Amino acid sequence: MVEAPGLAPCAVAQPVAVRFQQVSRHFGSVRAVDAVDLEIAAGEFFAMLGPSGSGKTTCLRLIAGFEQPDAGHIEIFGDTVEGVPAYRRNVNTVFQDYALFPHMTVLDNVAYALRIRGMAKAERHAKARQALALVRLEGYDDRRPVQLSGGQRQRVALARALVGEPKVLLLDEPLGALDLKLREQMQVELKELQRRLGITFVFVTHDQGEALSMSDRLAVFNDGRIMQVGTPEEVYARPRNRFVAGFVGASNVLEPEIAEALTGLRGHFSLRPERIALLGAGESPAPDSLVAEGRLESLQFHGATRRLTVAVPGVTLVVTLAAAPARLPQQGEVVRLAWPRAALHAMDESS
Amino acid sequence: MTEATLPLVAVERGGGLLRRLSDTLVTRPRLLLAILLAPPLLWLGVVYLGALFALLLQSFFSIDEFSGLIRHEFTLKTYGELLQPANLDIIIRTVTMAACVTLVSAAIAFPIAYYAARYARGRWKALFYLAVMLPLWSSYLVRVYAWKLILAKEGIVTWIFAELHLSWLLDGILALPVVGGPSLSISYLGTFLVFLYIWLPFMILPVQASLERVPASLIEASGDLGATPRQAFATVILPLALPGVVAGSIFTFSLTLGDYIIPQIVGSSRLFIGQAVYTHQGTAGNIPLAAAFTVVPIVIMGFYLWGAKKLGAFNAL
Repeated sequence: MVEAPGLAPCAVAQPVAVRFQQVSRHFGSVRAVDAVDLEIAAGEFFAMLGPSGSGKTTCLRLIAGFEQPDAGHIEIFGDTVEGVPAYRRNVNTVFQDYALFPHMTVLDNVAYALRIRGMAKAERHAKARQALALVRLEGYDDRRPVQLSGGQRQRVALARALVGEPKVLLLDEPLGALDLKLREQMQVELKELQRRLGITFVFVTHDQGEALSMSDRLAVFNDGRIMQVGTPEEVYARPRNRFVAGFVGASNVLEPEIAEALTGLRGHFSLRPERIALLGAGESPAPDSLVAEGRLESLQFHGATRRLTVAVPGVTLVVTLAAAPARLPQQGEVVRLAWPRAALHAMDESS
Repeated sequence: MTEATLPLVAVERGGGLLRRLSDTLVTRPRLLLAILLAPPLLWLGVVYLGALFALLLQSFFSIDEFSGLIRHEFTLKTYGELLQPANLDIIIRTVTMAACVTLVSAAIAFPIAYYAARYARGRWKALFYLAVMLPLWSSYLVRVYAWKLILAKEGIVTWIFAELHLSWLLDGILALPVVGGPSLSISYLGTFLVFLYIWLPFMILPVQASLERVPASLIEASGDLGATPRQAFATVILPLALPGVVAGSIFTFSLTLGDYIIPQIVGSSRLFIGQAVYTHQGTAGNIPLAAAFTVVPIVIMGFYLWGAKKLGAFNAL
């Protein structure tokens, strides 16, 4: 019997779009994906987050059919897909490098999946134009991919993947090559598109901000394993272990000895920098707060926020301040910090 | 103070002649380009194009049948001679051979090039390059003569067929009309095999180079969008590799059109264009006809490239 530990059955009675049971994929001695269990609900915007080499892209390629698992079981909408090649899966991919066909026009690129199915030219071109309208790229039908900007290519790749009406859309770091402004705009558009179409989106990214802002749920990958699955709020507020705490947002991790000295509680704790407040001279902390004193090591201005590092005996705490304090402490000055007891989140001791 | 030893200027000027020259060239890249390109362009312009033009001019002269001297008057008579059955035969024979060599070498080269471009890594890739290039390191004449021995009646091919009790098969092949002959080394089939062997690297390398430039993600994308391997080949791989195939076919086709040594050493005694040129410009002293024969491959290649362009062979460039 194979069990899926740590995965509660979906609360809403939705069909499961993608199910991994103890899936492994090894490349030589490298365990790219190591006994992964995963359930992605239909209609969900699901992000796979992790550093490079963590196995998230291999998981995506396992769903697409470019890779076959060495062990375990994969289902897409209830159908077993082991041994089923990519071209027999109703799943489409937006590639990291877009992978547009350079010898075809934009329209022919988008109509490709329909041409393969043998649809007549007029009909497939009409559908391709609809798909291009969906991603708001009209009037470029006869251009070649080389004549387009990065953002336009991204839209073509998206339209091409959507035109065949896939059951699951896979996106492999699709925003990685875009500049910041365009990336933020595309994040909003992708989310909106997914809501409108109701297709399951599986999104691979190494950008935690992107994963948090776009996904309904996300899985955090490290070393071929899933560290945690949950909604962005859950994962951010209650990281299961040190890796998640450090990778999803910034975090101060308190080791057992330090935690005991500072709080009286023994264990690994995560403390988000924005939960820590800077106490002014003579200011008393809010009730049920913990207080620590330390020397200010650095102070950086980030526009909306300020980032302080404070050396408290045994640990250096990072503090993020949203508003400017009444008086800015100088470097080397001793400052007092306070945070609510509830801001401390106990983590698994492993990893 | 170490700073005191450094020159206290923001911009250094002057210096020796060489230094000023290099400064000039660095700041005017176009001048540098012109200097670098002028010698080869002059060479190409004067020696190559000039010779080609002289050749073209010769082909419009004719030879006086009685004196054997060249008459320097503009005429199309020499081109008319090309259409005589004996000469036309030579042209058709050569073009057919070149076409067969090109088609078969493309068919053989593609899988090899595909393997090298997509699958071979590290040591296997080195082995591939070595295997393709190694024959080019030895003399062309040595290789052709080696093939004459291999294909001869007393050669290893005949022996292998005999050992395998397949002599009847070889005899059957040699009994075929036109392509057959007394032995492989004295038949069109033998000429074809040697052409194929000698020009194959010139097909493999450009095809491999063009396949190398097709990103793996494009092939994955076509599969992702529902294309079976056969459809992916027809709609993505082949169109993108076509410039390489065309480049390779230009080599195999034009090299076969112009070669006069292989058919002389291996094959029946009937002439190919190259041999006709060789004979006419040599002992026969008929330079105009030799020139007219030479123009034939040029015209054929012109049409070939035009046709390839029409078919979209260069669209992926």
